[in-house]
Amino acid sequence: MQIRDILSFSMHAATANRGRTLLMLLAMAIGVSSVVVLISLGDSARIYVIDQFSSLGTNLLIVLPGRSETTGGPPPLLGETPRDLTLEDAISLTRARTVRRIAPIIAGSAPVSVHNLEREMLVLGSTSEIFDIRHLDLSQGNFLPPGDPTRAEAICVIGLTGKKELFGNQPAIGRWLRIGDRRFRVIGILASPEVSLGEDLGDMVIIPVAAAQSLFNASSLFRILVEATSPEGMEQTRQSILETIRARHEGEDDITVITQDAILATFDRIFKALTLSVAGIAAISLVVAGIMIMNVMLVAISNRKTEIGLLKALGASKGQIMQLFLTESTILSSIGAAIGLVLALLGIRLAAFLFPQFPLYIAPWSPAIALAVALITGIIFGILPARRAASLEPALSLARR
Amino acid sequence: MIHLQHIERIFLVGDEEVHALSDVSMTASDGEYIAIMGPSGSGKSSLLNIIGLLDRPDNGSYELDGIKVSELDEQQQAEIRRHKIGFVFQFFHLVPRLTAFDNIALPLMLSGIKQEERQVRVTAALAAFGLSNRAGHRPDQLSGGQRQRVAIARATIMQPSVILADEPTGNLDRSSGIEVAEILEELNRQGITLIMVTHDPDLGRRARRQILMVDGRIEHDK
Ligand SMILES: Nc1ncnc2c1ncn2[C@@H]1O[C@H](COP(=O)(O)OP(=O)(O)OP(=O)(O)O)[C@@H](O)[C@H]1O
Ligand SMILES: [Mg+2]
Repeated sequence: MQIRDILSFSMHAATANRGRTLLMLLAMAIGVSSVVVLISLGDSARIYVIDQFSSLGTNLLIVLPGRSETTGGPPPLLGETPRDLTLEDAISLTRARTVRRIAPIIAGSAPVSVHNLEREMLVLGSTSEIFDIRHLDLSQGNFLPPGDPTRAEAICVIGLTGKKELFGNQPAIGRWLRIGDRRFRVIGILASPEVSLGEDLGDMVIIPVAAAQSLFNASSLFRILVEATSPEGMEQTRQSILETIRARHEGEDDITVITQDAILATFDRIFKALTLSVAGIAAISLVVAGIMIMNVMLVAISNRKTEIGLLKALGASKGQIMQLFLTESTILSSIGAAIGLVLALLGIRLAAFLFPQFPLYIAPWSPAIALAVALITGIIFGILPARRAASLEPALSLARR
Repeated sequence: MIHLQHIERIFLVGDEEVHALSDVSMTASDGEYIAIMGPSGSGKSSLLNIIGLLDRPDNGSYELDGIKVSELDEQQQAEIRRHKIGFVFQFFHLVPRLTAFDNIALPLMLSGIKQEERQVRVTAALAAFGLSNRAGHRPDQLSGGQRQRVAIARATIMQPSVILADEPTGNLDRSSGIEVAEILEELNRQGITLIMVTHDPDLGRRARRQILMVDGRIEHDK
């Protein structure tokens, strides 16, 4: 038989019975579209999170007080508290050659007020360096000036949301506001915030780190952001940070240094695993579709016994009958898969339209996977019916008894 | 040339053995015209199925044109069916969703013959059987006589050496029946061996040789 004939014969047979064809197409379309949609959602989420994390900065290391890594050593004695991470510790880190800049951070929440307007905001104590490390942007005014980090100047930079809430449409630069019981002069306004992971830049006030220390009455830093000069220098930087702090903390390794890459890699792994397991669940619907294909084909074969007997009488071999019926189930599942892909595409488009802030896209490899799975399903679940068709006794199937 | 020797065909119905054919031996030379007759259940269809390689005997040997076909495998038997044997059935057995043209073209399609050649051969066959203006009709748009003519066109499109017809007129009115019989006899005159099962004694008498079957045996052969 010629391939064209096999295809046209099977196509004809596949579409002869509308009800059955629609049923199979529907099952397959649902299966394939759910696989594609779920894979795409998972992958979009992964890329979204990773993008957000990358926007935190480049070649970034984060130094946290306390040791959270399990190194296999004996557990710390009860009641042992880690040494504080101080501003001096932070300043000492700048001496390493592979460190481009550092930003100490103290964070806390405090009431911010102008006259009788008050608002609870995130107060971030840091230095001028954080501007470049975190890729911040100003819409007006200036950022904290560089200089001695231990000087507690009463100036602040405020996020856009906070500015609008507290000053309305009035100009804010040069005005004074109150954080807790202290007064600060506004010198700059941050640019309109993209929602950044974990914190809302719009609802934040940035003040000099020393001012934050006295505001919160704490000398300990919340963390230190360190930017290495190059991606290759990350590990070396990590070591030198550990050594410097160890030397300053009487030989104790009581800090944790996280690299951005490590966080990214973890997120990447988590999201890939999530996507795969979700896709696996969706694949169950493909199996259901496969079983439907099998059933429908079995019914079709028992309805078409005489036709099969006839084909054999006309000289069709078992192999040819198998070929015809496998092609039929594969054609049906492929058309179903194609419809499913279109449905998935429309679904993702719709979701992207409804949630424009979340970047949605069809995972580039998901159509290939869905199509392959559909073909494999069509063939695997088509084999049993096709074999049954091929092994029909022609004399029996042609007899009308 | 068809040569059957000691053919047995036993069906198991429940625990009971039904001897559809017992010890059947016969020979048919090329170009013969044989009518097989006998009461219902006497094994006429069983015999035809074995000659047509639609069924395998439980015992005995079968030679077709010098080939021991009972020893061939499934694939080889399919080849023989395709090239040497044409079937005509009581219930026509046309594929309902295909047109007359496509039904006649089926054997050509199965043997992988090219579209252009198929077109030529099927068109000629349609003309030969007076079906030229019915090429695009589906079976449900044809009369019984026309359907059987499509089936005969299909059975002969591969130029077989044998035509096996199981009650080809059984489902037709008298005049279409005679018409179909005349077509088959014309093919026989052109040299094709014709073996026809029939209940109709008038039709049976037209054959040069008549075989009477009773209870799975050849009772009479003349
Ligand atoms: N597949 C089968 N399973 C069981 N018994 C069968 C089968 N095919 C035929 N038989 C039996 O074998 C015997 C011969 O059947 P066969 O169909 O050859 O008769 P027939 O002469 O063609 O009858 P009819 O004139 O009614 O068509 C019958 O008793 C029938 O019941
Ligand atoms: Mg019969």
